[in-house]
Amino acid sequence: MMFMDWILHNAPVLILALPLLAAFATPLVGKLGKWPRNVFVVSVAVIVEALVIYLASDVIANGMHTYVFGAASGILLPSGYSVPVRIIFQVDAMSVFMAIISATVTLAGIVYSWAFVTDKQGQSKYYTLLLMMAVGMFGMEFTGDLFNMFVFLEILSIASCALVAFRISFSESSEGALKYMVVSAVGALFVLIAIALLYGQYNVLNLAAVGSAIQFTALDKIALVLLVSAFAMKCGAVPMHMWTPDAYSAAPAPITMVLVSASQASMYALFRIAFTLYGVSMNTGAVGWFIIILGVLSMFIGVTMALPQKDIKRLMAYHAISQSGYMLLGVGVGLATLGSSAFNEYGLTAMKGGIFHIINHAMYKGLLFLTAGAIYYRLNTRNLNKMGGLGHTMKWTAAFFIIGALAIAGIPPFNGFASKVLIYESVFRFSPLLSIIAMLVSVLTLASFVKVFHSAFMGPRLPEYEGVAKEVPWPMFVAMALLAAIVVAMGLFPNLIVDNLVTPAAQALAGRADYLNAVMGGA
Amino acid sequence: MSEMSKITRTVASLAFPFILIFGLYVIIHGHLTPGGGFQGGAIVASACVMLLVAYGSENVGKRLKEEHLSTLESVGALGFIGLAFAGIGTAFFYNLFANTGGLFGNTVEFGINAGDLNTSGVIPWMNIAVGIKVMAGLTAIVLTMAIASNKHFDKEGEE
Repeated sequence: MMFMDWILHNAPVLILALPLLAAFATPLVGKLGKWPRNVFVVSVAVIVEALVIYLASDVIANGMHTYVFGAASGILLPSGYSVPVRIIFQVDAMSVFMAIISATVTLAGIVYSWAFVTDKQGQSKYYTLLLMMAVGMFGMEFTGDLFNMFVFLEILSIASCALVAFRISFSESSEGALKYMVVSAVGALFVLIAIALLYGQYNVLNLAAVGSAIQFTALDKIALVLLVSAFAMKCGAVPMHMWTPDAYSAAPAPITMVLVSASQASMYALFRIAFTLYGVSMNTGAVGWFIIILGVLSMFIGVTMALPQKDIKRLMAYHAISQSGYMLLGVGVGLATLGSSAFNEYGLTAMKGGIFHIINHAMYKGLLFLTAGAIYYRLNTRNLNKMGGLGHTMKWTAAFFIIGALAIAGIPPFNGFASKVLIYESVFRFSPLLSIIAMLVSVLTLASFVKVFHSAFMGPRLPEYEGVAKEVPWPMFVAMALLAAIVVAMGLFPNLIVDNLVTPAAQALAGRADYLNAVMGGA
Repeated sequence: MSEMSKITRTVASLAFPFILIFGLYVIIHGHLTPGGGFQGGAIVASACVMLLVAYGSENVGKRLKEEHLSTLESVGALGFIGLAFAGIGTAFFYNLFANTGGLFGNTVEFGINAGDLNTSGVIPWMNIAVGIKVMAGLTAIVLTMAIASNKHFDKEGEE
């Protein structure tokens, strides 16, 4: 039991440090050969997933974990200087909720890559960067320090950017990566300026310490604008979405799936800033409405841009923008009603819907991107007009695609339905028009995926793909089956997920005082 | 990149050890003076890049392989994270070797003093690890770019 306690105490840092260590060990292990390296990387991903689930079970049962770096105990200095200067990780139910998504998606991506990445060069570096992406995501989700949030955002951006450009021989890869790099650099500078503005006023970088001291001065307002716009840009909300289709369609399929999760880590940072750093000190109604409008724009423009696309991954990328609109809408309604009686009536439910949609979207959109990758792996094309009749030979891929497509369209009994119903019902009480737009977007999503299914999987076998369009190798099958099983299980038992994961996460996000007191309580 | 003139090569060879020593000085004094692992590593890498420019990437590329530099870079990074892990008995990044009396283990004197190199515990070790990583990484990047541009020019020449 001692050992398990030790693991639990160190879990927040182990979840980060193990992939970091493995990332740099991968090129060395890679010298032994392909199999030892892949086994090594997959086993690290499995261990991290297990650690995340173990930590999540404890955080949800027993409350927040705070891990202080580099000191024997406590966040305060031994001299009694009562300002939190040490670097900390602060892990609450929302953090572990996001970490579960990141860990699962990374695991599926690594397993899928086993067969998918057949390039002659740079395979070890691919896994190094993929593990660095995981490190960046976990870091953004766990950190209780504003400057560290910036550092992990940069780690995530640089690793993602290099992976978008992984197949550099295609011109679109470098274009997508360049756009992603410019957007990331601009976003990161916004964040850095905002942090400097906050640090200049409050002399601390600790999130909870700044949060409890914040006055909402003119400088704080500027910082808020910079932070919200930077993280909205990084999560691909309209009108800052122009990098998303290019980067998502140019990256290898498993990377696209992890990129979706990376965008969600930025969305987590947006919510954390809005709810915990500023919270009720700002005009939550105005900022909430701003996020709602971003969400509605993303939903509608995303789906209408998706409809005419011919490139299967570009189409799915526009749907990713559209679906992140639902999350912004749900959580935005929660923010707009924060502190009023409406919050308990329907605001919290809207937040639950939005947060539940984050995990649902990561799973089904990941699954859809993996099926698109499977088609590309066999046919070497992403053009829907050149596909056809794949349902004859790629039966499992077709089945997984149906599961993902029905889930994204919000058809019961899949998981997209559960979260969308939560959003529709609660948002209807806030503003019926928003709810109607959300339903309309769902219908358009279904229409778009019917088109994809019809042109890719239906119809007669095409002679040019005779013998080529076979079922995918087993690692790709395993990764898709894992995500499909999660999609179906979450769709069949949504109440289990909502009660055990989503509700604690929504309450943790809304419960600003607990987060601040965990650090500032003694000071 | 091809070889430069004999004067350039000679001066580069003469200056190389001095730049190398200065880089190592910046790395090892990271905990006392401005600079540290990254800055010192960059100085050492710039010495290697100077040789690369003077002698041409073909000649240097034969002796210095990108593969070996990458390995060295991984070793540097692993050393850094390993040192962070060493303190995990107390907390991650705990300064395990400070004030223990061993190498880099002296207690820092109080008040104004000249600065004792033999202090700070794991911090100098981490500087050395970062120095190795940055030196190998930057050299590998420049070497790869030089060799790649070589191939590019060769191709254009053939056409």
